[in-house]
Amino acid sequence: MATYLEFIQQNEERDGVRFSWNVWPSSRLEATRMVVPLACLLTPLKERLDLPPVQYEPVLCSRPTCKAILNPLCQVDYRAKLWACNFCFQRNQFPPAYTGISEVNQPAELMPQFSTIEYVIQRGPQSPLIFLYVVDTCLEEDDLQALKESLQMSLSLLPPDALVGLITFGRMVQVHELSCEGISKSYVFRGTKDLTAKQIQDMLGLTKPAMPMQQARPAQPKEHPFVSSRFLQPVHKIDMNLTDLLGELQRDPWPVTQGKRPLRSTGVALSIAVGLLEGTFPNTGARIMLFTGGPPTQGPGMVVGDELKVPIRSWHDIEKDNARLMKKATKHYEMLANRTAANGHCIDIYACALDQSGLLEMKCCANLTGGYMVMGDSFNTSLFKQTFQRIFSKDFNGDFRMAFGATLEVKTSRELKIAGAIGPCVSLNVKGPCVSENELGVGGTSQWKICGLDPTTTLGIYFEVVNQHNAPIPQGGRGAIQFVTQYQHSSTQRRIRVTTIARNWADAQSQLKHIEAAFDQEAAAVLMARLGVFRAESEEGPDVLRWLDRQLIRLCQKFGQYNKEDATSFRLSESFSLYPQFMFHLRRSPFLQVFNNSPDESSYYRHHFARQDLTQSLIMIQPILYSYSFHGPPEPVLLDSSSILADRILLMDTFFQIVIYLGETIAQWRKAGYQDMPEYENFKHLLQAPLDDAQDILQARFPMPRYIHTEHGGSQARFLLSKVNPSQTHNNLYAWGQESGAPILTDDVSLQVFMDHLKKLAVSSAS
Amino acid sequence: MNVNQSAPPVPPFGQPQPVYPGYHQSSYGGQPGSTAPPTPYGAYNGPVPGYQQTPPPGVSRAPPSSGVPPTSTAQVPSGQGAYGQFGQGDIQNGPSSTVQMQRLPGSQPFGSAPLAPVVSQPTVLQPYGPPPTSAQVTAQMAGMQISGAVAPAPPPSGLGYGPPTSLASASGSFPNSGLYGSYPQGQAPPPSQAQGSSGAQPPQRSAPQQASSFTPPASGVPRMPSMTGPVLPGQSFVGPPVSQPNHVSSPPPQVLHPGTQMAGLPGQLPPMHSSQQPGYQLQQNGSFGPVRGPQPNYGSPYPGAPSFGSQPGPPQPLPPKRLDPDAIPSPIQVIEDDRNNRGSEPFVTGVRGQVPPLVTTNFLVKDQGNASPRYIRCTSYNIPCTSDMAKQAQVPLAAVIKPLARLPPEEASPYVVDHGESGPLRCNRCKAYMCPFMQFIEGGRRFQCCFCSCINDVPPQYFQHLDHTGKRVDAYDRPELSLGSYEFLATVDYCKNNKFPSPPAFIFMIDVSYNAIRSGLVRLLCEELKSLLDFLPREGGAEESAIRVGFVTYNKVLHFYNVKSSLAQPQMMVVSDVADMFVPLLDGFLVNVNESRAVITSLLDQIPEMFADTRETETVFAPVIQAGMEALKAAECAGKLFLFHTSLPIAEAPGKLKNRDDRKLINTDKEKTLFQPQTGAYQTLAKECVAQGCCVDLFLFPNQYVDVATLSVVPQLTGGSVYKYACFQVENDQERFMSDLRQDVQKVVGFDAVMRVRTSTGIRAIDFFGAFYMSNTTDVELAGLDGDKTVTVEFKHDDRLNEESGALLQCALLYTSCAGQRRLRIHNLALNCCTQLADLYRNCETDTLINYMAKFAYRGVLNSPVKTVRDTLITQCAQILACYRKNCASPSSAGQLILPECMKLLPVYLNCVLKSDVLQPGAEVTTDDRAYVRQLVTSMDVAETNVFFYPRLLPLTKSPIESTTEPPAVRASEERLSNGDIYLLENGLNLFIWVGASVQQGVVQSLFGVSSFSQITSGLSILPVLDNPLSKKVRGLIDSLRAQRSRYMKLIVVKQEDKLEMLFKHFLVEDKSLNGGASYVDFLCHMHKEIRQLLS
Repeated sequence: MATYLEFIQQNEERDGVRFSWNVWPSSRLEATRMVVPLACLLTPLKERLDLPPVQYEPVLCSRPTCKAILNPLCQVDYRAKLWACNFCFQRNQFPPAYTGISEVNQPAELMPQFSTIEYVIQRGPQSPLIFLYVVDTCLEEDDLQALKESLQMSLSLLPPDALVGLITFGRMVQVHELSCEGISKSYVFRGTKDLTAKQIQDMLGLTKPAMPMQQARPAQPKEHPFVSSRFLQPVHKIDMNLTDLLGELQRDPWPVTQGKRPLRSTGVALSIAVGLLEGTFPNTGARIMLFTGGPPTQGPGMVVGDELKVPIRSWHDIEKDNARLMKKATKHYEMLANRTAANGHCIDIYACALDQSGLLEMKCCANLTGGYMVMGDSFNTSLFKQTFQRIFSKDFNGDFRMAFGATLEVKTSRELKIAGAIGPCVSLNVKGPCVSENELGVGGTSQWKICGLDPTTTLGIYFEVVNQHNAPIPQGGRGAIQFVTQYQHSSTQRRIRVTTIARNWADAQSQLKHIEAAFDQEAAAVLMARLGVFRAESEEGPDVLRWLDRQLIRLCQKFGQYNKEDATSFRLSESFSLYPQFMFHLRRSPFLQVFNNSPDESSYYRHHFARQDLTQSLIMIQPILYSYSFHGPPEPVLLDSSSILADRILLMDTFFQIVIYLGETIAQWRKAGYQDMPEYENFKHLLQAPLDDAQDILQARFPMPRYIHTEHGGSQARFLLSKVNPSQTHNNLYAWGQESGAPILTDDVSLQVFMDHLKKLAVSSAS
Repeated sequence: MNVNQSAPPVPPFGQPQPVYPGYHQSSYGGQPGSTAPPTPYGAYNGPVPGYQQTPPPGVSRAPPSSGVPPTSTAQVPSGQGAYGQFGQGDIQNGPSSTVQMQRLPGSQPFGSAPLAPVVSQPTVLQPYGPPPTSAQVTAQMAGMQISGAVAPAPPPSGLGYGPPTSLASASGSFPNSGLYGSYPQGQAPPPSQAQGSSGAQPPQRSAPQQASSFTPPASGVPRMPSMTGPVLPGQSFVGPPVSQPNHVSSPPPQVLHPGTQMAGLPGQLPPMHSSQQPGYQLQQNGSFGPVRGPQPNYGSPYPGAPSFGSQPGPPQPLPPKRLDPDAIPSPIQVIEDDRNNRGSEPFVTGVRGQVPPLVTTNFLVKDQGNASPRYIRCTSYNIPCTSDMAKQAQVPLAAVIKPLARLPPEEASPYVVDHGESGPLRCNRCKAYMCPFMQFIEGGRRFQCCFCSCINDVPPQYFQHLDHTGKRVDAYDRPELSLGSYEFLATVDYCKNNKFPSPPAFIFMIDVSYNAIRSGLVRLLCEELKSLLDFLPREGGAEESAIRVGFVTYNKVLHFYNVKSSLAQPQMMVVSDVADMFVPLLDGFLVNVNESRAVITSLLDQIPEMFADTRETETVFAPVIQAGMEALKAAECAGKLFLFHTSLPIAEAPGKLKNRDDRKLINTDKEKTLFQPQTGAYQTLAKECVAQGCCVDLFLFPNQYVDVATLSVVPQLTGGSVYKYACFQVENDQERFMSDLRQDVQKVVGFDAVMRVRTSTGIRAIDFFGAFYMSNTTDVELAGLDGDKTVTVEFKHDDRLNEESGALLQCALLYTSCAGQRRLRIHNLALNCCTQLADLYRNCETDTLINYMAKFAYRGVLNSPVKTVRDTLITQCAQILACYRKNCASPSSAGQLILPECMKLLPVYLNCVLKSDVLQPGAEVTTDDRAYVRQLVTSMDVAETNVFFYPRLLPLTKSPIESTTEPPAVRASEERLSNGDIYLLENGLNLFIWVGASVQQGVVQSLFGVSSFSQITSGLSILPVLDNPLSKKVRGLIDSLRAQRSRYMKLIVVKQEDKLEMLFKHFLVEDKSLNGGASYVDFLCHMHKEIRQLLS
């Protein structure tokens, strides 16, 4: 364990966990003075090539309030066949199957390298995966066609025994029955009326009438254990049928007069989808996939009226409290999201429209259930098509990279308590001794439900050190945390992944250096950012920024080295050096800045920020900028306006966008066609290099980023210009007119100014 | 008066007239003056009460005639003048009894008589002629008294015959008679005698004969007698006059009594006979009734009057014991008479206030300025000038309007007039449409509205010069200036939302619940629809129908079908949200049949399969209609829903019903609730439907109570039809259902219609009956209106009318044709106005009156106890007749029943109404049946109510097989059935074949294909197709009867003495019914009593 950096990396690779602090302050008071809370980013299903699941069930601590799982940190008495729980110190008998264990014959869960281990539960019925397509038909012909093709294609990607269902909506909502021969049958609902789950089930005939049907076909009870078989059918049985059905899908036939938006009953469609699954497959992995091409315009969940002259709400309207439909719609979708989450289903939203489509109101559907949110301009773009295709990508085992209905349980040793979690989850409201009263994120519980997750889904989990200052922890004492994730694997197995970690305690007063050195500034930045974004959902933007600033200043005051009132003397240690810069970019990021973003975009960005892992999150906070030139191999350069040079090609990755920017000279060369001349083949290669690199990123990322190829002076260059640190602007004289870099026309402060102020404030004794 | 008017223009009249002359001449010579006859009648009546009258009638007629003759001659040419002359006639009567005379005048006005006379006179009537003139069936109901005390009656009758009183009066009259005598002297005597003899005798004879048969009704008989047979005859004859058309009926009599009478008559009236023997006989029949009655009376009274007595005498003795059914007015006779007299010549509508031939008569109509009676029939064609008169007479003033009536092929449908962009020309004030009655003035630059007298400018493009008579030169080029009925093309101003309508749509909504599937209905229907869709109504010469079709099936939920032509397979869309119904699709729901044929066929093939295993027994109803209506709304068109429904809608949904059938309520104050809808939801729904132009036709296939009263609300208010097939089974009911469905789908319908009836100043339409909705007091809104639907409109005075200008009606119907064209159909009708009640009574139409009264009563049961309704009807009828008796009939004894000729069938018909299932249900009649019939009658036209209340009974084996004509009907009474014959009975809804127990085996064999009576399956519904003349003939007859009716009549073969016979007997309406309905004879007696009470 050479450096903390390696330690951190190793831990992340093994356990999918990154803590803000890797040595923990041993008392509550000290912990609060650390400013950045003790927290971690947990990627519960992190892909581990080297982690074959074990085919038996975990051994639980017998204390009813604990039920921690046997792990390498437990003390084991091999002779007595006893083990002591490292969380509650209960001594437990090994189960009979473990009679053969000894020091040399240990089960996997006791080996230190298996601090993360996955169990496969063999019990219980295995229910197939369920995919319920909810398709908007108020689309342009091209869009609809593209969407239909995508959906048809997706049928071939689904597991053959998965159940699929189809709901289409426009002015009405149609639930298509898939089992019938000859005549295609659908149940239609009015798009303006909210229905309870009970009503929906009654109307779909899922309650009583199903009985006679089953009686009519007594021969197949085993094949169709579920009454809902009419609407959800195994792919292999009805893929032809469904392909035809999709092929015959027509645009919503109701006339849309000039000056009107089509009537789109998204709210009711979702409600019916939720109700359908709720009644038929509760607590079974299911994905509701909503494809919509515009905002809901009628019924519950309506985001905007059908009058085109009334534009959809903007941030401006919201701030002015002028978005009269927003609250009601949000409430509707929140209600749906909570129901969906309670049933263990998840909702994906694929919104492709040039204007907003109501993601702001609908975001909770994806956010609370772990569903995906994809935003594009059109279904007829590769962005959507590839993103959608990527949903069904498979891992090295040939399993889908998705899991369902996960419950994440966190157990802590007694010096710690759980303050909350931020991520695509909902609270299960399980109180316990290890639940803190102070909430950060979704708190008040030690268990969360993550209805849909994939290998990159990452939660931020926040803790509170509760150990009192006057109860010192013995030297070498370690705090332990166990993460237990039960989920339905895409192979329909129930699995449990258990990660148990331990970190050293350190007395903050005597061993601050240790603690400082063990600071993970990347994790800390992301965790703080999550807190900030979480706050931003409910608080005013400026308040959040102010809070962030204060935290930053306090951190600098705590860990900076400086002389009072002397800004120039301010220094930060290496482990903190990047943190202020992250904060600077975070302040400018679309997660906290709504200027220039629609409410939908903000929701979209925040959604992804709240679920991606640390690396991706960091990219989102501070985009990566590569520079390509004749002077050498591509190199990462500062995200700064000074990096924008005429003879460079820049490749910026903001996670959501990949921007290739040709400097002024390069652009001119290209325009002159040098790349086509054999003698300038090197130029051609130069032009090609960033494209290839961009392709790599595009191939790997979900959702597929927007790909922008632009050049100096191009209108799309704004994507780059808005991200870089405006070190040169029209009003800072020293940069103006100089050769290097490009001035940015903005009033935003640059990083330099920001840092100057930060130093000043940090060293000031006033704050 | 009318006559006069009519006479000149109308040839028919001419005919009658000649007759008259003949008659009068022959008999009275003078009488020809139709007017004269009446008067004489009156006189007769007066004098006669008794027997003598009869003779007198003849005489009296003669007298009047004699008096009249001159006038008559003159009159004949100028009919109206004649009326005036009536006065004269009266005067003549006067001789008999001046006072009476005056009254008589009223009766005379019977001018109707004039009209009728024309016809009738020619007929035997003349002999009775006089009576005819009087048109009154003066059945001195000594019997009535008798009726009072049935048992005693006979004796009393004898005594009562108080007739003695009457006699006395008669005697009193005798003097008159003396006068008469004088009359006779003039002319009458001989004729009278002759007549008397002929008329009276035959009656008498018949009476006795019948009496024997009737003997039982001793009491009745007495009445009959009281009827003052003689008088009656005369009166009855009088009746004939009124019914002149009816007189036709007389012929039968001839047949019956004929020989003698005939002989007698011929002898006396050879000329007459020659000219009109048939009619004559008929009259006799008509008269017979009376005659017989009278005879008895005669008998009694006569005794006093030897002259008549001689003839009557013999009969008298017998009669007193009974009221001879043959002696009372016979519908059959009246119908026959009218057929014979008026069926041959076209009815030309040029003259104001003409009474058209009876609905049972086949006649052609020539539109010369008034709407054809096929479109409008009035209860009276001569309206009292004042409301006081109208109140006194109690004769409802009503018009039965069938705006889209189907016409026989010989008659052209109304011309379509296009007034261009400015739309039809209308009065600025009252908005009446241009019509032949509008008066152009100021050289044609302006016109005065004939309805409100407002003076309007003639728009320049419409200007035309007037000729010297003040008529526009182009009057005959423009339908709206020369015809009674025509159509305007409507402009966009007449369209909903100022948009020309789209072609209408038909939506078939099929119940696919367990019951419907099990009974085979769904399969049958789907199969049939495939071919039926080729016969959607189309307009004019259009190659294909513009109507689009849609399909819905339902049980507890609704299934809509997308049958867009581009689809390979139909798509089904289920709507379970029945609480808040909506239409799930737009494009592809309503399609052109030809374009989507493949998909539709596929759908219709699949529907029975899809639901073959259904276990769903619950159904919804209101949401289904709602869905159809919404579909039409979404498609922005009007249309019609065809609902095929099986059961009480008990599924949880709006319009859910519960079984509330409770027979205990019958005859209680709560009985009306059985007719009222259970919930107001359907009215609300109907209102929405009407607003959308959504007409609902309902086909019901109930196995048990379905609450027709509630389910039929929407069809009723939207101008739709209800068809009910209780216990539907494919084998038995397939043909009927298919036929009804075909007819219903194919019939031409006007959609989204509004009807407004405008009247000239003085009267006003105040009440409307029929299948429609009214949101205000003047506009009749009809979501759909087909050629069978009728609206009955009642008028009241709100001012004095003017005899000169008469009264005008204009019925304007704005509708969308089945091709989607917006049109206005205008019907105009001019009526006369009178200051004499007699004119009113002489121009009445009993069938129309019954139509009105039945509808009035059937609506009444919604709000009042049935008993009250019945009493009201009886009272009104009594008042009508009493008023006549008091004001128009010649004076006679109180014991004498005198009926206006035009209304002599009123009692029998009214009795039928009173006995109908709605007003007097039998034990076997279900609540649903009553509600069903109730709503059916509401939109029936006159012809339908006529046969519905008084079924036609046709002997099948009496006439030679070779004869191609329909066999002459017999009266609906069991006594008329001979057990050696087979009869066919129809009432427009049902068709029975009654087989007598001793029918020849050969006949049985050739008709039923079995060897004996006992082998005939009772309740058989189809006659075997056998290749022999009788079988062919009977089946041909059945087919032709069915073709006449808008609904397919299910055939039931009933054997004499069989259980099913009860069912059949229910339709023998002249008999006492099991439910307590009175027999005709009893009712007549009762009516007489009522009248006497009113008079005293």
